[in-house]
Amino acid sequence: MKYLDKQDMDKLAIGAALLGTGGGGDPYVGKLMAQQSIDKYGPVQMITIDELATDATVATFAMVGAPTVLVEKIPNFESFDILYDEFVKYNGDKIDAVMPIEAGGVNSMIPIIFAAIKGVPLVDADGMGRAFPEMQMDTFNVNGIHNTPAVFADEKGNTAILNTSDGLWTEKIARSLTTVMGGSILNGVYLLSRQELHDYAIHHTVSTSIAIGETLMTSKQPIEDLQVLLGGTILFRGKIQDVARRTDGGFVKGTATLTGLDADKDATCKIEFQNENLVCLVDDVPRCTTPDLITVLDLETGMPITTEGLKFGARCVVFAQPADDKWKTEAGIRTVGPGYFGYDYDYIPLEKTVKG
Amino acid sequence: MRYKLGIDVGGTNTDGVILDSDMNVLTAFKHPTTDDIETGIAGAVEALLKKSGLDKSLIDHGMLGTTQCTNAIVTRKSLNDVGVIRIGAPAGTAIEPIYSMPDDLKAIIGQHIYQVRGGHEFNGELIAELDEAHLEDIARELKGKVNSIAISSIFSPVNKAHETRAKEIIEAVVGEDVAFSLSSEIGSISLLERENATVLNAAIIDVAKRTTEGFEKALKQHGVDCEVYFCQNDGTLMSKEYTLKYPILTVACGPTNSLRGASFLSSHDNAIIADIGGTTTDIGVLNNGFPRESSLSVELGGVQTNFRMPDIYSLALGGGTIITLEGENFKIGPDSVGYRLPEKAKVFGGDTLTVTDIAVAKGVLSLGDAEKVNDLDTELVDRIYDEIINMIEVAIERMKTSDKEVPVVLVGGGSTLIEGDIEGASEVINPENSGVANAIGSAISDISGEVEKIYNIDPARRSEILDEIKQFAIDEAVNAGADKDRTEIISFEDIPLAYLPGNATRIKVKAAGPLKED
Repeated sequence: MKYLDKQDMDKLAIGAALLGTGGGGDPYVGKLMAQQSIDKYGPVQMITIDELATDATVATFAMVGAPTVLVEKIPNFESFDILYDEFVKYNGDKIDAVMPIEAGGVNSMIPIIFAAIKGVPLVDADGMGRAFPEMQMDTFNVNGIHNTPAVFADEKGNTAILNTSDGLWTEKIARSLTTVMGGSILNGVYLLSRQELHDYAIHHTVSTSIAIGETLMTSKQPIEDLQVLLGGTILFRGKIQDVARRTDGGFVKGTATLTGLDADKDATCKIEFQNENLVCLVDDVPRCTTPDLITVLDLETGMPITTEGLKFGARCVVFAQPADDKWKTEAGIRTVGPGYFGYDYDYIPLEKTVKG
Repeated sequence: MRYKLGIDVGGTNTDGVILDSDMNVLTAFKHPTTDDIETGIAGAVEALLKKSGLDKSLIDHGMLGTTQCTNAIVTRKSLNDVGVIRIGAPAGTAIEPIYSMPDDLKAIIGQHIYQVRGGHEFNGELIAELDEAHLEDIARELKGKVNSIAISSIFSPVNKAHETRAKEIIEAVVGEDVAFSLSSEIGSISLLERENATVLNAAIIDVAKRTTEGFEKALKQHGVDCEVYFCQNDGTLMSKEYTLKYPILTVACGPTNSLRGASFLSSHDNAIIADIGGTTTDIGVLNNGFPRESSLSVELGGVQTNFRMPDIYSLALGGGTIITLEGENFKIGPDSVGYRLPEKAKVFGGDTLTVTDIAVAKGVLSLGDAEKVNDLDTELVDRIYDEIINMIEVAIERMKTSDKEVPVVLVGGGSTLIEGDIEGASEVINPENSGVANAIGSAISDISGEVEKIYNIDPARRSEILDEIKQFAIDEAVNAGADKDRTEIISFEDIPLAYLPGNATRIKVKAAGPLKED
């Protein structure tokens, strides 16, 4: 057990951006909201899954919508209260702790605000271990836990509840609900038992994010130290030669091409991205695909670069980490593997491509 | 022949020039910037007039590019007490206005903060009706307490109606002596950064007033009776009236003047400019004679903002940058001996190995006593010099948008450190007179007019409507003093707003032309 203060939020914002693998929305607005909630309500207690009581139940909270709307129309704390009350109305009032559903990007911060306002602990875990763009993409849904009833609230006092036949429908209906309610809204999805968290959650992701942030803020050799902290593999060192973006079926898809530096001189690396980095090829051979994590880091500072920030001339390191084993099931790969995003590659776990 | 007098006050030096109407340099002046900038400007005017011996009545235009507004923000001195109003509640309250600003700044400008119901959604619909009664209460509270008010409304870049209405309501109570800064006129989407920029603009209104009046006074005192203009950071000039409304647009006009001056001296409109100083190398990009704007949010005095700024990459490498030797290896910077180069560098008898020493040892530069660097291993000197060039090449490459080769212009005191080819450059130009590039940049500037508005465009009349809007921008520039026959459109953006009914398009047009001769 430990307490998270405002300085931890600065670190968490950096770590969450790294686990966002290029997407997930800039944690900046979330960080400022979390810091103001800590000013107002005090530090937030963080506990591990093991520290939960055996009969504990844990709620997940997040935001859904366009990050470009969130940076302009910031929420209010009242809507966090309203959403929480609605959540209790449909799920009962036994909420012993809250947890992020998405460790990467801005959603890493949202449950911290709930924890501060409601005075409940935050669980050091999440349901992705990274960022993904759609509501059915978490390790609870792929293990058969349904993601409704789900409650939604905007900042104007409107709420909605959704009951659907499967996780994909939740995503589809929530998408149009979000547009009508103003482009960026709060949601509460799962109420999970300790056993479910133990079996399906990705453990220790909040503390890992904070450690990543601390390393990048203080280290003199950030990339080496990150590797010590996280394991993972450097797939490529190079400079960005070209970034091509195209619209395909309503989504922005892009390819960044890097030419190699140092040991990778003469080699070429391609990163296929949508909201997040999804596929990495070196000399046209797939080396890493979703759900394994592909992050582009600044060669000098080690700071993560978002897909929007990929620019010609940037010197960077392509850093890969294996996804949690909980993603590596048939249902997991069907939901978030390269095929779902429209890429014609099989998922080969990073451990194999690196060794072979 | 008629003349222009241009002055650029930078952090380190104050430069001045007098140009004739054919843009020939008649007189140049350069002096370290004094703590008391106003006296420094007056001194520069006096020196220029004396040196040129020019008939003062022949000077038609005086231009000032100055760092005074930036300094006020960075040093927190002479700032206005600001009324900070955000419109958008019930949204937005989870982060208070200017929450992210440093505490010392908030203590000065954060004493009157209000959040009012109103604002718009991304699609232009209302979040809430504007709470006009609340605004009247706020106006009565602020009356007599502040002389500058910043108003930011959620999604005002899509619909600024609530900002302009709020101004009307408050102005009716507090009177016309109070300055208003509206966020829709200063920044783009991203409420917090735009609001910060708007509040900073409101905080430097008095500094802008003193600066503009000080320049006018300095000219008058020396018998020069001419129109005065002030440099903005996009490479064009603003009138005094405009400067008093939008002083934040003067921030970073120094690097912009340096880019434009370098462009003029090298006769290149499309180039990468590297301004090599004692501590840093500032690299910028000129597109058709104007600096490329930064697309990211920029930090100013510890504050995240998103108003228009030139895209400048600052590399920690200059003539005074310290080289540390570790056996066979070496480290370049980031520390610099800065202005103490003449006492610290080895070639001047000092004890610190600097980039200047390496350039002398390499034989690129002859300066000081070359004997003092004779003991350095030639192979090591070669490796260090190659790395220096490589650092500049990498920084230049960062600023390019493709691998196409472009001309590179080197200016600044450290430009003589570089010899030979630069990778990615089609040619390397080291122009004469580059020491006063900034003042030349200020004196050659055009005057601009800008129109930014959301229009509903009937597709059948599209080109006709666009021509009308372009004409508005040209008229604005001409009204501000541009020569009608030589004013043209320098930038045009049209962004369709996907979620608005009809064919709503946000159009931003800027026209610029040389100042009209009398």
